[in-house]
Amino acid sequence: MIEVLYFAWVRERIGLPRERIETGAATVAGLVEELRAREDRYAAAFADLSSLRVALDQELADFDAPLAGVREVAFFPPMTGG
Amino acid sequence: MRVVVQSGRFDAGAEVSAFSAAARGAGAVVSFTGLVRDEGGRLSAMEIEHYPGMTEKAISAMVEEAARRWALVDALVIHRHGRLGPGEAIMMVATAALHRGEAFAAAEFLMDYLKSRAPFWKKEIGVDGAEWVAARDADEDALKRW
Repeated sequence: MIEVLYFAWVRERIGLPRERIETGAATVAGLVEELRAREDRYAAAFADLSSLRVALDQELADFDAPLAGVREVAFFPPMTGG
Repeated sequence: MRVVVQSGRFDAGAEVSAFSAAARGAGAVVSFTGLVRDEGGRLSAMEIEHYPGMTEKAISAMVEEAARRWALVDALVIHRHGRLGPGEAIMMVATAALHRGEAFAAAEFLMDYLKSRAPFWKKEIGVDGAEWVAARDADEDALKRW
């Protein structure tokens, strides 16, 4: 089981802030494919990966990063702090 | 070095005074405070979402990196989340060093990284609807100079 978190408009589009997911995906991109196939709201949220960022266990990562050993995946738009 | 992520207001002036008083041996203190713009009266509030846990870690890593690059006596970052009104302070950075060059450079470095590497997302609540603030290419480009 992996904890998946969504922030900002990703959270709004999917309609929930976090969920626990059973996945066999080897990489973030594989997990995204699984999510996209679930429902339209996921497909909409993950339509354009260039407008998304991902963090693995609270560290920024790439979409081709492996999921082995990862407990927490977060998807969000580019950050707008400061 | 101190990193604070909070929803409540802070007093930037009092923070800089306390920071300066505690920065023994420093010859320069630089501070920056970011405010919520009112966008000509069109903005009624700013909502700032963040990623608890990652936010503190990411900012602490930036502060540590700044301390590696410049000889800092001390550094402070305060960043708020939640609902803020126009004119309210969103965040502040303060750096203390022997000379102003290092203090300015470290403060700018921290600001540039906070803009696009700290997990905050701003939503503008306007008189005619709400909208997520889009990241600007210029903010991403600003990181290249470091």
